[in-house]
Formats: sequence, structure tokens, C-alpha cells
Amino acid sequence: MLTQIAYALPFLAQGFALTLWVSLLVVVLSLIAGVLLGVGLVYGPVPLRWAVRIFSDTIRGIPILVLMFFVYYGVPAIGLHLPSFWAAVLALTLFKTAQVIEYLRGAVGSIPKGQSEAAMAIGLTFRQRLAYVIFPQAFRRFLPPWINGVTDAVKGSALVSLLGITDLMQAINQVIGRTYEAMPLYILGALIYFAVNYALSLASRRLERRFSFIRE
Amino acid sequence: MGYALNFNLIWRHFDKLWGGLLLSLELAVISIAIGIVIGLVLAVWYVSAGRVVRTIIAAYVEFIRNVPLILLVYLVFYGLPTVVDLAYSAPTSFILTLSVYSGAYLVEVFRSGLEAVPRGQLDAGKAIGLTPWQRLIHVRLPTMLRITLPALSNTFISLFKDTSIASVISVPELTYGAQWINFNTFRIVEVYLVTTAMYLLTGYALLFGLRLVERRFRAAR
Repeated sequence: MLTQIAYALPFLAQGFALTLWVSLLVVVLSLIAGVLLGVGLVYGPVPLRWAVRIFSDTIRGIPILVLMFFVYYGVPAIGLHLPSFWAAVLALTLFKTAQVIEYLRGAVGSIPKGQSEAAMAIGLTFRQRLAYVIFPQAFRRFLPPWINGVTDAVKGSALVSLLGITDLMQAINQVIGRTYEAMPLYILGALIYFAVNYALSLASRRLERRFSFIRE
Repeated sequence: MGYALNFNLIWRHFDKLWGGLLLSLELAVISIAIGIVIGLVLAVWYVSAGRVVRTIIAAYVEFIRNVPLILLVYLVFYGLPTVVDLAYSAPTSFILTLSVYSGAYLVEVFRSGLEAVPRGQLDAGKAIGLTPWQRLIHVRLPTMLRITLPALSNTFISLFKDTSIASVISVPELTYGAQWINFNTFRIVEVYLVTTAMYLLTGYALLFGLRLVERRFRAAR
């Protein structure tokens, strides 16, 4: 049993690398999209606010799996070519973007109004207010939940296995298909996911404690 | 981009989606019911236990929260029967998984709820001569439930969405129904539009209904 699993380790490592790569792409892309849309939600004109609100509430209201199948099967159906890897990344990114929007709204919303007003009073432009007054303070509120949310991206990435992409989850299933050692391999897989996500949640908790001195 | 929407085939097979939705709700309701029992027992145990028990309960919570649900579903359905002499159907297997999964989240919810019960209430219970057990049943738990009700409804709604994972072990819930129609009729965009609408409407109806219940039972501040 152990020799069979040892034999499969390089294959599992490849799958794990893909899991990390998908997670990294999703985290970076959703951070950019989420911050932009989140600023749109808080400061944008009313139509934009509504659009972002509807986007976020819709995405957060459906299972990530449905979103994934919708993108994977639906995008080629309307005649666009999208490799399965990018379909999976797109779906996970849409999902994560909605989360980032809410983290940003929460963080910016927690900064007292007086801060913006003071910044306006000393003649800072909108961009300067965001860059020098609002964001540096909101950052501390944004970071802990965001890091904790990275675990959602890592866990969510396991769903790409359903689209035939050989991530850690799919690699485990394939090794089980050959060796019939289901339980040891699922436990090994669970421990790997656990190690990554637990480290992230610890980091998040530590940061939260470190930033907890900040009061309104 | 020449895609013409045609919902006829979706309506013809709508029973797959409707039956699926009902099964999704059923899976979520049964799982949260069992999960609440697990969560309550472990949370009450946790707050009064020593270090060993606390560590074990915390390990259970952290393990479940940091592993993808799909892996747990596979582990229970394909892995567990190879080491224990048990036979169960896919729906039972999924309910088992989702119960243990929701239990882990609910331990945390109930634990923080128990800690949020004002000290004065417990002292008052003591002052009128209630035993520790009576204080738990008549004072601590009712107040804790009122405090945790919003978190409980949120957990239920997210469990309802998580039931879509049951499709990977062929439990015919809503997502499975959607995939069936996808593969058999190729009305891909239509079926996922309808499915999305069904998840959204049900989810927001649940949210609205549960908020009304919460308002009825809101904890006195």
C-alpha cells in the first residue's frame, strides 16, 4: 500500500502544483476585479452601484458548482472558444470577486465619515482621498477576512476536477482508480488541503489580533 | 454568437429540476437538523470541558473547515465503506457528510453564542435556586438560541447551496437535474438560467422567511 502511494507521489505533487496555480490566479484576478467593482459599489454613480449589487448578490446566491457548469458549458454554446482551464478559472474568479467586493465594502464602510470629509476639506482629490486617507486605514480591516477567504479559493479549486482538469483532487481520484486504495489517499489529500488552509487561517487570525487595536 | 434561446425542452423536463429542488431542500433540512444536534452537544461540552476534550473538538472543527466539501463527500461515499463494514445509498452518504460538515460550523456558532449569554442571567438563575442543569436548559440555551438565530439561518442557506455538491455522487438534486437536461437536450444556456433563477428565488425566499422568524424571536438587548 505504502509503496503504491509513494509511487504516486510525484503525480500528486503535479496535481497539487496545479491546485496552487489555479488558486493563485483566482486570488490575484479576483482581488483586482473585486477592488475595482467594490470602489464602484461604494463611490460609483447609482446605475453602477445597482449593477455591482445585482452581480454580487446573484453570484453569492447560487452554488459555485452551478456557476462553474454555466461558464464551462455555456460559453462554448454561445460560440466562444474557451479552454476548460480558463473556463474554470473564470468561474472561480467571478465567485471570488463577489466576496472581495463585500470585504471591500465592509472595510471602507467601517472608516468614519469624518475621515473623508476632513480629506475633502484639505482639498484632496477623489483619488488622493482613496490613496492617502481611506485605503491605508481600510486595508487593516480588509486584510484578515481576505486572507481567510483565500482558503475558499483553495477549497473551491477542488471543483475544477469535475471539468477534467488534473488538480490535486482529480490526481487523487486517478490514483485511486489505479490502486483502489481509496481511504489512505483521501486522507492524504485532506491533510494536504488542511495544511495549506490552516496555515492561511492562522495567518488571518494573527493579523486580526495585530490590527485589533484600531478603534473608531 | 448565434444562440437562439428556446425554453420548450426545459419545461418538458421541468420535473427533473422541480424534484431536484425539493430534494436539495430535504437534504439541507435533514443535514442541518443533525448538524444542530452535533453542534449543540459539542458546544455545551466544549465550554465546560478540560483541555483534552477542547483540543479534540477544536481539531474536528478546524479539519472540516479547512478541507474542500467535495473531498469529504468522496471520502465518505467511496472511502469509508472500504474500511468499515457499512453500506449506504448516495443520499444517505451525502446527508452523513453534510451533517458532520454543518456540525463543525455550528459548534463555532453555538460556542460563541454560549459565551455571549450575559453573566447576569446565569447569576440570576443561580439566585433563584436553579440547578446547573436547569440553568442550562431554561436560561442559557434559550438565550443562546435567540442570539445565534441569524447565524443559524445563514448556515442553513449556505448548506442549501452546498447540496449542489451531492450531484458528484449522482444524488438527483437540483444541480444533477440541470446537468441531466444539459447533457440530454443541449439547451445549455437555458437550463442554467432556469437553475440559477431557482436557486436564487429559493435562497432569497428562505432568507426573507428566516428573517421574519428572527424578528419574532429577537434577543432582548
